[in-house]
Amino acid sequence: MKGLKEILKHSGNYITGIAAAPGLTIGKAYVFTKEVLEINHNEITDIDDAIILFNEALEKSHKELKKIFGFAKEKMGEVRAAIFEAHLMILDDPVLIGNITERIKKEKRYPEFIVDDEISKYQQLMFGASEHYMKERALDIEDIKNRIIRNLQKKRWQSKIPLDAIVVSGNLTPADTILFTKSSSIGYITDHGGLTSHAAIIARSLNLPAVVGTHNASEKINDGDLLIIDGFHGIVFVNPDENQVKYFTQKISHLFEINKELQGLKELPAETFDGRKINLLANVDVTGEIDLVISKGAKGIGLFRTEQIIEEIGEFPDEEEQVKIYTTLADRIYPENITIRAFDIGGDKVRQFDLQEANPFLGLRGVRLLLENENLFKIQIRAVLRASVHKNVNFMIPMVSTLQEIKRTKILIDECKSELHKEKIPFDTHMKLGIMIEVPSAAVMSRDYAAEVDFLSIGTNDLIQYLMAVDRGNDYVSNLYQEFHPSVIRTLSHIVHEGKKSHVTVSICGEMAADTLAVPLLVGIGLDSLSVSPSAIPSVKRTIRALNYSKAKQLAEECLNLSSEEQIVKTIEKFFKDNLIQRTRNIL
Amino acid sequence: MIETRVKIVNKAGLHTRPAATIVKFASKYKSEFFISKDGLHINGKSIIGVMTLAAEMGSELILTFEGEDEQQMNDEISGYIRGGFDEL
Repeated sequence: MKGLKEILKHSGNYITGIAAAPGLTIGKAYVFTKEVLEINHNEITDIDDAIILFNEALEKSHKELKKIFGFAKEKMGEVRAAIFEAHLMILDDPVLIGNITERIKKEKRYPEFIVDDEISKYQQLMFGASEHYMKERALDIEDIKNRIIRNLQKKRWQSKIPLDAIVVSGNLTPADTILFTKSSSIGYITDHGGLTSHAAIIARSLNLPAVVGTHNASEKINDGDLLIIDGFHGIVFVNPDENQVKYFTQKISHLFEINKELQGLKELPAETFDGRKINLLANVDVTGEIDLVISKGAKGIGLFRTEQIIEEIGEFPDEEEQVKIYTTLADRIYPENITIRAFDIGGDKVRQFDLQEANPFLGLRGVRLLLENENLFKIQIRAVLRASVHKNVNFMIPMVSTLQEIKRTKILIDECKSELHKEKIPFDTHMKLGIMIEVPSAAVMSRDYAAEVDFLSIGTNDLIQYLMAVDRGNDYVSNLYQEFHPSVIRTLSHIVHEGKKSHVTVSICGEMAADTLAVPLLVGIGLDSLSVSPSAIPSVKRTIRALNYSKAKQLAEECLNLSSEEQIVKTIEKFFKDNLIQRTRNIL
Repeated sequence: MIETRVKIVNKAGLHTRPAATIVKFASKYKSEFFISKDGLHINGKSIIGVMTLAAEMGSELILTFEGEDEQQMNDEISGYIRGGFDEL
């Protein structure tokens, strides 16, 4: 069978974008274009009637939004749904409603014209602002405006959405996305947006494939076109030929078989032939992923990336919002554990910190930034502690490079504990603290740092970047980003051994752990736990269950004596072949 | 009438949530309440108006309160903004 590369080489009918949610699907396109509403600006004779109509439209919009708000809370969590609350407030805005009512009386024109004109004034002001988020806010308000106008015209909202379609759109507002989930869409493609756009988040939480940031998919694709979404690689085929359909139909049925087989592993432990148990955990970006985590049979959450909350809601969550999010996750995963990582943000990532740094990756990132903003850090520490009442919450610090950072963090945690104690707010007094090992200095010092904490977690993505001094996003040098470079393998082994001398558990939570090729080596090195994206759990588990720990140890020893990545990869591939272990990755 | 000058102190600026909170506070009182910034003059009881203020960290707002309960209203709202929207 041909590979994907072959298929791509001979075809020009595909669009690429960001692989926002994994999966494969074939289906008909539904191109969602924002209906351009025709505004009637003629004069009216019956003012009282117009006012009644306007109030009815407000009431109807209120009802619709309330429904969406409820649905959003359920799908996205209360904090992320808060945007709809502000929208609801706009419908009750005394100044806005008062002005519109006055103008209808005075100008005697169709209410839809006045509504459009009045709300557009605010949008103009927002579009005129220099801050990027104000432009997004103006787009959000478009949704409200159109909703009122549509209700004035008594039109129904997109009643003709076909069932089981692939939705193609320039952009999807939160309200649109929620609506499409109701008509059982089977995939999403958008022109704009990234991994944290609403479409991407919803798609991941519903386990549907999505490709976002395609720039022009909504122009290139017509309603009713046959589409294939490859959400693993971020590719969309438009009106595929026979060969392409055949290729992907086979892949889909193959994937289905594998998923069925893997699903059978759900209740089985991640344990080698000879009884070595590995704690197989899930990395979680957004709270909506929790259902997937549970359905894939993870033994807990090994990494919850809290900075994603900021990205999604566009602002720092306050203490109460954080408590809500963390408690929800901790309750859902109970009796298993959740490891919450403190905000890992840097000057390059978050608007709130508009720092000008020549080298953001070597700058104020992770714990460094948190310790420069202790109030913010303490709000998070308090929230995590408050979520720990059932004793299943661990806290983890990113980007540690010195002992001083750990000590200062511990002082802040103690301060928060005594504050909570005074306020009589319950928490787990023995909540475990861990650090990320992703900076070479911390890797070298593992034993000493481990003595200060309860666990170590290796972040391979950053560790490899810093170890090899390579930015993997930089095409000129990305070939130097080598997961299997001997320096990486030896460093991992060093961290595990040094950590064990201080009697702490050592886990790994980078992308490397999700690569089934790496699994025998990581197990052989002696890692206690692997934390991977939820969708990778079944295939990693299958690999672990096919392993013999003593053989994996021998493999690790052999690889630790090799001096090039090429040799190491060859050795592991041979290991798979000799031991008849299947690799899921090859079929995708 | 009371006029108060306040600075936005929190890093995220006057984003959606504090905007909504300010309006919720304001609607409890009888007095009139306006916010001015860079020549823009908006009614503080209007959510869409407050959302229009692109008030980032460091920007200065002039708040005016007028009416029977202006003092309490000023105390609560100015305090909330100065305190960094309870986020610091």
